[in-house]
Amino acid sequence: MLVSGHTAATFAAKWLGSAHEVVVVTPNAKWNWIPSNIWVGVGQMKKEEVTFDLAPVYAKAGITYKQAKAVSLNPEGSASSNKPFVTVEFTEAGKAGTTENIEYDYIINATGPKLNFGATPGLGVGSELGEHTVSVCTADHAVHASHELEKCIEKMKKGERQKFLIGTGHGMCTCQGAAFEYIFNIEHELNRAGVRDMADIKWISNESFLGDFGVGGLHMKTMGYSVSSKIFAESLFTERGVDWIIGAHVNKVESGKAHYELLDGSMGEEEFNFSMLIPPFAGVGLKAFDKAGEDITATVFAPNGFMKVDANYAAGAYENWKASDWPSTYQNPTYSNMFACGIAFAPPHPISKPMSSPNGTPINPTPPRTGMPSGIIGKAVAHSICDRILKGENAPLHEASMANMGAACVASAGKGLFNGTAAAMTIYPVIPDFEKYPGTGRDTDYTFGEIGLAGHWIKHILHHLFIWKAKLKAGWTLIPE
Amino acid sequence: MAGKKEEANIKAYSQNFTTMTPGSFAKKMRTCVIFQFIRFIVINLKMLVVVSKSH
Ligand SMILES: Cc1cc2nc3c(=O)[nH]c(=O)nc-3n(C[C@H](O)[C@H](O)[C@H](O)COP(=O)(O)OP(=O)(O)OC[C@H]3O[C@@H](n4cnc5c(N)ncnc54)[C@H](O)[C@@H]3O)c2cc1C
Repeated sequence: MLVSGHTAATFAAKWLGSAHEVVVVTPNAKWNWIPSNIWVGVGQMKKEEVTFDLAPVYAKAGITYKQAKAVSLNPEGSASSNKPFVTVEFTEAGKAGTTENIEYDYIINATGPKLNFGATPGLGVGSELGEHTVSVCTADHAVHASHELEKCIEKMKKGERQKFLIGTGHGMCTCQGAAFEYIFNIEHELNRAGVRDMADIKWISNESFLGDFGVGGLHMKTMGYSVSSKIFAESLFTERGVDWIIGAHVNKVESGKAHYELLDGSMGEEEFNFSMLIPPFAGVGLKAFDKAGEDITATVFAPNGFMKVDANYAAGAYENWKASDWPSTYQNPTYSNMFACGIAFAPPHPISKPMSSPNGTPINPTPPRTGMPSGIIGKAVAHSICDRILKGENAPLHEASMANMGAACVASAGKGLFNGTAAAMTIYPVIPDFEKYPGTGRDTDYTFGEIGLAGHWIKHILHHLFIWKAKLKAGWTLIPE
Repeated sequence: MAGKKEEANIKAYSQNFTTMTPGSFAKKMRTCVIFQFIRFIVINLKMLVVVSKSH
């Protein structure tokens, strides 16, 4: 667990004290500040600057840390015991492959996404990145991406034109924001290297309009007008000389070529020398079993592998969607001591309007659960559990619905103390509420955005601030999620 | 060439023909340290309001 789970575990340990045990299970030895992977991916930061060792931090916080991945849940215990447990498989050197059953009173599933590269032929196999494209989803991927970018820059310096294709690698992707940051950081670095005129840069994504970002776009107040993010996004792409393909489901990737289907049903292909395509996300594939050992995975998890929580999964068509479909306590409806937060909870439906091509291929962004909501949800869930432990089983649960929550987001468009820029945005609420805010679905007094150096400074300060917070250094609780 | 550099990327009747593009003043202000310092304070305050509404 990184954003959501780390927040939940560290607050739970602080609130519960040493009378209770908090156990963290994560396959990684290091914590990663994922947003700064963008800068690693263009060679502007080192891996060491965006990661740190988890063990000393958890030791300081009094948290039991197991470097392992959860494999299955037994929420009713087993034939021999009523105590629920999670089965984990160690990834730590020396213990790799061995398993352990860890009993629990309460469990939080904050496993984030499986990077499902395998969903698109040629993009990868399972959760492994393939050989044709690069990724910035993990720090190691980003290091690899920066080396590939460096090779392209060298070729351009020798007079060889290069084509860059950045975006989403499937019709059902989320995280367009990360691809957006990466494409403009690349453009910025090519300028810095003096080779911008040797590059053709193209965006490809599953959004039905540029600036959708998986949240159905947003309207921002500018000079007295409510202006769609489509206008701002198209403006930035035009200004920076970046062409775009939207409404695209990338259905196959080969060496130097991506094949895609568009919302109008037509097929196309795009050649590239360098490509970063975000994979679709799925749940990490945890299984669940009842007391008798029967598989109850379909009861606990949605078909996409994310854990079911207190959301309305029966909302049906877009026209019926309501802000209240979104969960507020993140409690599993079947097992009241199980919660899911961050990307791991199953959303009731997308935020962007679902669309498909005449061939029946769904092409629309799936809902993002960015850092700030993931952190707030993790903290609320930790609060609920601590209250139930300390105040009794009937203590009311804390609520943190994305329909009543805003998000602040800073999207980098190039790094540099004096020439960097970033789009600083807030969106309120994250889930549009067309009953409360007819028209745009959002409160335009609290939804704004602007691009400039100030945004870059904020992004850079947040990098240091959140690593400070994650390391639990002095005053960490004062830094908001 | 009499045209403005900032408008050179627009292509007639292409998909970028219908958007807005910043002029040289708007672009300059984006990296003008004094102006951006003021924006830094304003954006932080605006973000803090949204953060406080969300917790
Ligand atoms: C390149 C990039 C840039 C981004 N930039 C921004 C940004 O600027 N702002 C923003 O708000 N958001 C950004 N995001 C999104 C943000 O990273 C996510 O919203 C956030 O990380 C979600 O938090 P999480 O805790 O749900 O999942 P994660 O942070 O992914 O954490 C999940 C953890 O669970 C672990 N895990 C996986 N499987 C198991 C298992 N079986 N058992 C136990 N543990 C497991 C994983 O190893 C991981 O450590 C970005 C994302 C990417 C990819």
